[in-house]
Amino acid sequence: MKNIYPIFKKEVSSYFGSPTAYIVTTIFLLISGYFFYSGFAFFSLISFRSMGNPAILQQLNINEGVVKPLYGNISIILLLIIPLLTMRLFAEEKKSGTIELLLTYPVKDSEAILGKFFACAFLLFFMLLLTGFYPLLLILFAKPEIEPILSIYLGLFLMGISFIALGTFASSLTENQIVAASITFGTLLFFFVIGWASSLVGSTFGKVLEHLSIMEHFSNFAKGIIDTKDIIYYVNFTIFFLFLTSSSLESKKWRG
Amino acid sequence: MIQVENLTKNYGPIPAIENISFTVEKGEVLGFLGPNAAGKTTTMRILTCFLPATSGSARVAGFDVFKNSIDVRRRIGYLPENVPLYTDMSVTKYLGFAAEIKGVPFRERKKSVEQVIDYCGIGQFSGRLIGKLSKGYRQRVGLAQAILNDPEVLILDEPTVGLDPKQIIDIRNLIKEMAGKRTVILSTHILPEVSMTCQRVIIINQGRVVTIDTPQNLNKKLQKSTEIKLTVEGPSDEIIKSLQAVNGVLSVTKKDTVNNQNSFLVESDKDIDIRKDISKAVVTNNWGLLEMRSVDMSLEDIFIKLVTEEKGSGQ
Repeated sequence: MKNIYPIFKKEVSSYFGSPTAYIVTTIFLLISGYFFYSGFAFFSLISFRSMGNPAILQQLNINEGVVKPLYGNISIILLLIIPLLTMRLFAEEKKSGTIELLLTYPVKDSEAILGKFFACAFLLFFMLLLTGFYPLLLILFAKPEIEPILSIYLGLFLMGISFIALGTFASSLTENQIVAASITFGTLLFFFVIGWASSLVGSTFGKVLEHLSIMEHFSNFAKGIIDTKDIIYYVNFTIFFLFLTSSSLESKKWRG
Repeated sequence: MIQVENLTKNYGPIPAIENISFTVEKGEVLGFLGPNAAGKTTTMRILTCFLPATSGSARVAGFDVFKNSIDVRRRIGYLPENVPLYTDMSVTKYLGFAAEIKGVPFRERKKSVEQVIDYCGIGQFSGRLIGKLSKGYRQRVGLAQAILNDPEVLILDEPTVGLDPKQIIDIRNLIKEMAGKRTVILSTHILPEVSMTCQRVIIINQGRVVTIDTPQNLNKKLQKSTEIKLTVEGPSDEIIKSLQAVNGVLSVTKKDTVNNQNSFLVESDKDIDIRKDISKAVVTNNWGLLEMRSVDMSLEDIFIKLVTEEKGSGQ
């Protein structure tokens, strides 16, 4: 397992040594910043208007009004952006042939996969860390509850790494980065909306669909509830797709 | 050092290599010779654990390439065809990464990277991005990463393809220097390269081993006919006619004529020495015999011969 680190290091420096990390982070921050601004401005407008009406004022809650929608939106931006980060992980190496050298070095497949996965997770962590600016601003002007924000961050990160695991797998399937990104995006979207069908099908099957939905599990974190059920879902999702990645690399060898 | 037994690899129904067996001794430089798509790269990929064989076994330094793949990979340095390197890394950074991943201890890493940079003569480009290097220098970086961590076995897939003549000589010299210290397998379809750098040659065609021998023996074994280079002063048409009349001559090819001096290539049966009869024929006609020497068959001729012969017998 000691070879995870050099691969991690190489991948991180490849993200940060090229414009990839900066452009993706900038776009991510611009869009999420816009959502934060519009949500916050709208909330202050409503607060201002309902000054004379204590009944409505009582209902207003900064966590419900600003924080929750903001991070709901951020989770959708991640859905759009993570496929762009993961698509190159294996597809690029396959296209350029460098995978032949990588896999003939004394490195286990699992080490290569985890090195790349952690590198992408690190970039995600970095991006989420920068969004920490928004709650800091909130604290300056209002009194949001801190704990739900922390649980949201935990949820976002867990959700992000499960996106990355799926993206890594998709990237190992093909040498075409666009194909990898499309597969990732499509599958993620599917997992995102699968819960919508739960009310249409029978109650047992509906429960299953609900449990499969990525969004459903995130909504608990957004409410400030940290449930082991949700943590286990994301961890399982991640491990499952990383395992599939390793099988995919293995099968490529057999097919030649 | 390397034992390969009955190695077969199929891509779908098509066999890339069939029943390949050979052994390589420690310190030997072995040349892998064959036309395109002969199965050279496939064999090397199996030896470097990149592809598993369909059947048969291969052992490197006593370790099975399939069962103890990591142990094998620790002992080999590999230069794949087309030298795939991370183009967005600088030379030193890439070699540092390769050293780390190949298990060079932290303290020695810097030193061993400097050593291979020095050895392969890429010092002046060590800070450059690999993507900005010329093909020749990229090849050297590829060689540098292969010899990092002093592997016992080096596997080089067409190490001189696409280089200019000086670079080719440089790389060949690097390989020659390694003989004795390391076991080297190199593949090529350039024939002089093999006779220059290798102690033994495997000729492989359409996935099968055609022959395994030293370059010298190959020369001997395959000279079914002898060629004689001849320069004679006199009228060329008449000379050809009388040469063809000599017993044992198979063919006469005219090379060129300078100042009434004609040079010919005369091919004859291997078992009959025609030189006496040729000189007699020239002298009786009163022409001037200026030069006569037998020509050794080059490996290139052997190669073409082998490959075409094999084809003939297979059909």
